[in-house]
Amino acid sequence: MQHIYNCISIILPFEWLAPDFMKNAFLALLAAGPLFGILGSFVVSNKMAFFSDAIGHSALTGIAIGVLLGIQDPTAAVIGFSMALGFAIIAVKNRGSASSDTIIGVFSSTAVALGVVLLSAGGNFGKYQRYLVGDILSISPNEILMLYVAAVVLIVIWIFFYNKMLLVNLHPVFAHSRGIRVFAVEQLFSLATAAVVALSIQWTGLLVINSLLVLPAAAARMVSSGSRKYLTFSVLISLVSGISGLALSYYAGAASGASIVLVNAVLFFVCFVIKLLRKN
Amino acid sequence: MSCPLGMNHVCCTRISGLSVRAGHTLILDNVSLHLHCGELTAVVGRNGAGKSTFLKALLGVIPHTGSIVFEGEGRVATNRPRFGYVPQSLAAEQGSPVSVGDLILSCLSHYPVWFPRRTADKKLIRDVLATVQAEDLSLRRVGDLSGGEIQRVMLALAIHPVPDILLLDEPVSGVDRTGLELFYQLVSSLRRNYDTTILLVSHDLDLVARHADRVVLIDRGISAEGTVRDVYSSEAFIQTFGHIPFGTADKAGGTR
Repeated sequence: MQHIYNCISIILPFEWLAPDFMKNAFLALLAAGPLFGILGSFVVSNKMAFFSDAIGHSALTGIAIGVLLGIQDPTAAVIGFSMALGFAIIAVKNRGSASSDTIIGVFSSTAVALGVVLLSAGGNFGKYQRYLVGDILSISPNEILMLYVAAVVLIVIWIFFYNKMLLVNLHPVFAHSRGIRVFAVEQLFSLATAAVVALSIQWTGLLVINSLLVLPAAAARMVSSGSRKYLTFSVLISLVSGISGLALSYYAGAASGASIVLVNAVLFFVCFVIKLLRKN
Repeated sequence: MSCPLGMNHVCCTRISGLSVRAGHTLILDNVSLHLHCGELTAVVGRNGAGKSTFLKALLGVIPHTGSIVFEGEGRVATNRPRFGYVPQSLAAEQGSPVSVGDLILSCLSHYPVWFPRRTADKKLIRDVLATVQAEDLSLRRVGDLSGGEIQRVMLALAIHPVPDILLLDEPVSGVDRTGLELFYQLVSSLRRNYDTTILLVSHDLDLVARHADRVVLIDRGISAEGTVRDVYSSEAFIQTFGHIPFGTADKAGGTR
């Protein structure tokens, strides 16, 4: 790890990158930027912003389950619960006649309520408040490694399944007629989303995680004409706002997750203006 | 007639006792029908009569009772025929960043559409679009196309690769007159050259009269079935649609 820190100090000799915890955060964002950009592109195209939001909120229940089971680090419980919830939502959506918004709303509010009840039962809910705001500066090298692994896995999924996911998104029956297993592809996407959200929630905080997923892709969507540009812009916007948001939070002494979201929002409006100018 | 698609080519689709339920509602009731290759069978019926459900059951998307058997030449049954399906519309909204080229490549290639385009990919996209004279659409966004344009692209995709069974769900609702002619030329050349089974769901009864070999009137179950003349003069048809002239369709076989 020390080698990597030294490399960063030599290549990027900025004041804000001097402390080790800032280097950790920087390394995490180098993986998380593309991760959110890539995943967000489909969250937005699939109109699943509400879904990823629900998964984020369900992390509370995951943490509670982890605490009840006496696990020191609840990450595994959070990932497990989020993926189970993601699977259940898609399965019910595909069977039922209720609209997916309603179904997600039902699952989401149940999971949040259950999480809050379980965590506050002992009377010390304050202990868990860090999950609401998150803290990227306390990210450990192991967690950073997890993020890189997740980014590689996601890129592999995007290489092998992007075409199929695109068709399922455009017209599920048409996708089926071309031999695509629609349910499996939908589940793959929802499980990937659940895993990434659950993995990131501890350092982003559940209040802003969804903005990190949705904003870069929503901005990229306004200035792209095809899949390649869309994905490229989404990743770039996510990466740029991640790193500049981190630097900004250092100087302002503010929460880094929220600072990143603010930069994202600024870029979103820049793209919006570009779109308006192009139209005229 | 020897068949260019070989022994696996589906020549007869035997549907018997097909029923579809949604909860307690019976959407399709005991439909039995044979579809033959090289024939254009048109399915007509009022809104909500179960036409699209029938197509979905055939595609295997929704659960159903009864049996659907796809028989090849020499009565060899295949489990999964090659379908070409032209849906009514796509879920791409305006401004959604999916180009026509992306759509075509994602149907025909495993190469990720977000990778840089290779020369072969560009040629493939051009060739597919050329079959419907729509080469100029390749860079347009799918969500920005007109109804007619999107259906030309979907038809081009439905016949690449050449299907055993071509399912057309209201395929010409947004197509102008020139597009319409091109559309039916393509469909009849598929019938002639590849002996494809074609099933067309349509509200355009004049067009059905001109082009269909057989017509099936669906209203939950089959209300009438036969040649255009048989069905258009049946009591069930007249009750649903009134009297529709079908003089031009007397030359049985339509555009063949």
